[in-house]
Formats: sequence, structure tokens, C-alpha cells
Amino acid sequence: MLKTNVCGVEFRNPLMLAAGIMGSNASSMNWILKSGAGGVVSKSFSLNPHPGYPNPTTVAVDGGILNAIGLSNPGVENFKEELKKIDHEDNVVIASIYGANPSEFSQLVEEVQEHVDMIELNISCPHAMEGYGASIGQDCNLSHTIVAAAKDASDVPIIAKLTPNVTDITEIAKTCEDAGADCLSLINTLGPGMKINIDVAKPVLFHKSGGMSGKAIKPIAVSNVYSVYEAVDIPLIGVGGIYTFEDVVEFIFAGARAVQIGTAIMDEGVEVFSRINKGLEEFMNDKGYSSIDEMVGIAHD
Amino acid sequence: MINEPKIVEITEIVTETPTIKTFKFDWDFETLGKPNPGEFLMIWNFNNEKPMSISQINDDELAITVKNIGEFTSQLHDLKIGDQIGVRGSYGHGFDNSFEGKKIIAIGGGVGMAPINAIASDLAKNNDVSVISAAQTKDELLFLDSLEKLGVSVYPCTDDGSFGFEGFATNCLSDLLEDSTYDFAFVCGPEIMMKGIFDILEDAGITGQYSLERYMKCALGVCGQCCVDSEGWRICVEGPVFENDKISQITEFAKYRRDASGVKY
Repeated sequence: MLKTNVCGVEFRNPLMLAAGIMGSNASSMNWILKSGAGGVVSKSFSLNPHPGYPNPTTVAVDGGILNAIGLSNPGVENFKEELKKIDHEDNVVIASIYGANPSEFSQLVEEVQEHVDMIELNISCPHAMEGYGASIGQDCNLSHTIVAAAKDASDVPIIAKLTPNVTDITEIAKTCEDAGADCLSLINTLGPGMKINIDVAKPVLFHKSGGMSGKAIKPIAVSNVYSVYEAVDIPLIGVGGIYTFEDVVEFIFAGARAVQIGTAIMDEGVEVFSRINKGLEEFMNDKGYSSIDEMVGIAHD
Repeated sequence: MINEPKIVEITEIVTETPTIKTFKFDWDFETLGKPNPGEFLMIWNFNNEKPMSISQINDDELAITVKNIGEFTSQLHDLKIGDQIGVRGSYGHGFDNSFEGKKIIAIGGGVGMAPINAIASDLAKNNDVSVISAAQTKDELLFLDSLEKLGVSVYPCTDDGSFGFEGFATNCLSDLLEDSTYDFAFVCGPEIMMKGIFDILEDAGITGQYSLERYMKCALGVCGQCCVDSEGWRICVEGPVFENDKISQITEFAKYRRDASGVKY
């Protein structure tokens, strides 16, 4: 009943782990899969190891957390070893990759595609180094070049992860679709935002500002999914502040075929996946829905 | 527990050894939460932020005990009374402090004595507590006098034999186990030492809790930096304290860890 299909990839349920959350090694991703997620998205990785920013890299604020981890990762060679150890049986494994130019993205695609079912392009991280992340996804030309290069190199479906920190997200969405993206995931963290400690008059985060995630960004994410659903024909994955099955239903009604969950794990633990699946199934039974497919986008006229 | 740093003033600094200092500060238990022994704090010195074990839990006062091993800890060692630090937490699954009337052995190696001091001090009220305080040499031994004052049987142990038992904590434990046994154990120190202790206690049928450390970033259970193979547990949430059955499932225990990038070493 909970099965969903996203550009030809079958998920046993619509929940997956969002990039950047407990996705640094195979062990934690296998734990998430055992806990009920139908898929996992790895932490974003690059060609070479990167330590990210010094701490503090996260701080809690009303409605969520700010983070500027800074895309720390052990590099593609080490990460491939982790991807190989993920339990692929009945699970969807997605690699999130980042780079600065088309050739880095193509190289990463070629290195990892045999180990994953899909590849998500991080062109949306708001605390990336200059030239990476959102500095790509906020520019239509750059987005087009990167997505096209990744798609060219890939035998598996390509997901472009979009930033909400643009004037019109539908323009970027259409550009990515034109460039050959098979699917879009939205939204990456909002902002950046800042927390200043008033006793010492300093931003708490080492990077000063960071991406906002958590409950407070959910209405923005739902609205973005709703708008993009009307602008493109490729499938959407909703992400941003999901804590409950009701949240998931909102995203599906707005047009998502699947969703990603991250920050909720901080408050709810890894049990959040099985709890939402149970609630979603009960909701579907109560309301008479027999598949996710028939729920997708029904909030549109 | 608080998830944004609370600014506190250092009220007292104790030079414990040539390389280790204890820093005390006020912590209002009612509004900020009362930590359990074995939990940790994220300490922000306005340059960086690192996890530190709580070494003392007094009335509305906490202490951390820090060994000067690098840039961050060297900056902490430069702090003076009245200087400020940011503190968030307390975090993690700590030691079980519910024992009463039991015979307890607590073993700390080097600055691993920090959380051992917290649990031994707490349990000494209602239990027969023995502590092995191990260090490389006499000058580096921690908390001998303060624990003795609480009625703890303290067994100092030095690698070079300059004070107390001559040898490693493992040798000292084996020695004690020749004449006595214990109901429960608490262990913190270098992982290679903890592995040796673990094997000895397993053979002796004594269950213990072991406090681990890994490179930490968020301490909130989201970033994944401190997840250990092969169950994926987060040192900052499911840990830092694990009991025997869980320790034996942490396949990287005493073998490897990951740096800030996630590269194993």
C-alpha cells in the first residue's frame, strides 16, 4: 500500500533519509533502513576528503536548527567502500554528490553509479564554500550545465536537489528538467540564518550563518513543492521539516511522490520512520486511498 | 538540557597535574537540567567547540577536567577565573547511577578519570566503591585524595611504577580480582586500555559500562559524524556509555575511528 515509484525506481514506502543526516557511513544508513525508511540518501561527498568547518557547526533555534557543517566528507574513494556495505535488498540507495564544476560532477557520477540506485546532485547547500552548493543552484545557467553533465555521465536516475533561496524556484526547476534531470528534490535548508549569542555579542556558528532545517521550514517546503509540481512534469521528492504522517500527506497532496526526513531524527529518534509509516497506512485506510500514486498532487485544482 | 550555548564564568580552576586542569562553573539545575554522571557537555571557547566529560556534579555547579593535548585544550588551559565559556548539554546516555549496597569497581586511565570521578563520587554514598586511577607516572594521577575523602578505596596505578601499583590498569585489575570480585564496573580511558579491561571483566563475569569518545560536531544526533560501526549508533545519543553487550557489537572499538572528514585512522 505504501509503495511508490519515482522515475522508475520502486520504493517500498515513500520515506527516505535526507542527505546530511546520519549518512556518513554504511552502519548508520543500514540502521535507518532497518528502522523503516524505504531509502537512504548519503551525506554529500566530493572527489577528495574535506573536513568541513570548525565547530560550532550546529545550534538550535525556535522551530529547528541551523547548521553549517560545511560538506565534510571522506572523499569518493572512501565513500564507495561505505556505499558497498549498505544493504541494497529491497532498499533504495541514493548517493548525494557535490562538486564545483561539470567535470567534477561527471567524475563523481562515473565513480559511484554502479553502487547506487539514484544520484542526487547537491546544488543547493547554503553553507558551501564559494562555487559549490547553492551558488550553482541559484543560477539557471550553472544549474543547467551541471545537471546536463551529470545526466550525460549517468546510467541511473539523476535527482537535482533545489534550494528555496531563490527568487523563483520554478525557474530553476524548469531549467533542471530541461537539462535532463529525472527527478527533483526540494527543499534544501532555508536561509542562511544566524543565531547571535547576546552575552558575548557573537554569532554562535563558526561560519556565522547556516542553513535552517526543522519544523519551521515545512510550510515553505510544501509551498515550493506545490509550485514546482505545476511547473514541471518530472517527479518530485518533498523535504523540509517533516515530523509526522500528516506532514507527509501534505507533501504528497502538494505533488511529491516520496519524501525525505532529517532533522526530526534529533527529536524523535530513528523510530520516526516506522511511526510515520504506520500513521500513513492508517490514514490511507481511513480515507479510502489504496495507493500513494492516487494521492499525489490532489491538492491542485 | 539546552541546545544553544549558555555563557558561564569560570569560578575555580584546579591544576590537577602538569597537563590537566579542572574548571568549575555554576549551572542552575532547575533551568538548565541536572546531568547524570557519564554525560558530556559541548564547550565553546568562541573559537571552536568540543565535547568534554563532566568530572564533578555538585549543587548547581559542574566541573570539566581537561588534558592539554592540542590547540583547543591549550586555549582552555589559558583561561583564568572569571573568563567566560559557552556550554550546552548535557548530552548522551550516561552511567547507571541507580546502584545501592553493591560492590563497584571504577577504572579510569589518564584523563578518562574525569567521568569516573563523577560516577564514583555519586555511588560512594550508597555503595562500596573501589577506583583504579591509572596514569603513566605519579605526577599525572588524578583525584586520589578527593575520592579517598568520600570513602572510596583508591588504587593508584602507574605505568612506570613511580607511585602505587606498577604496570597498566589491566594488570592492576587482574591483581585485585585475585582476592575480590565486584558486582559492576565503570570504565573510561584510552580505547586500547578499555579493550584490555573489557576482556578481563568478561572473563570474570563482571558487567561493566564503558565510556567512548569520537570526533563530534552537532552532539544533537543528526550530523552522523560520531556514528560507529557496525550498528551505526551515535556516540552523542546512544553513547557515550555502552554496556558489555553493546560494546561487543561496536566492531571499530579499539580498532579505528574517523577524523573530521570521516576518514578512518
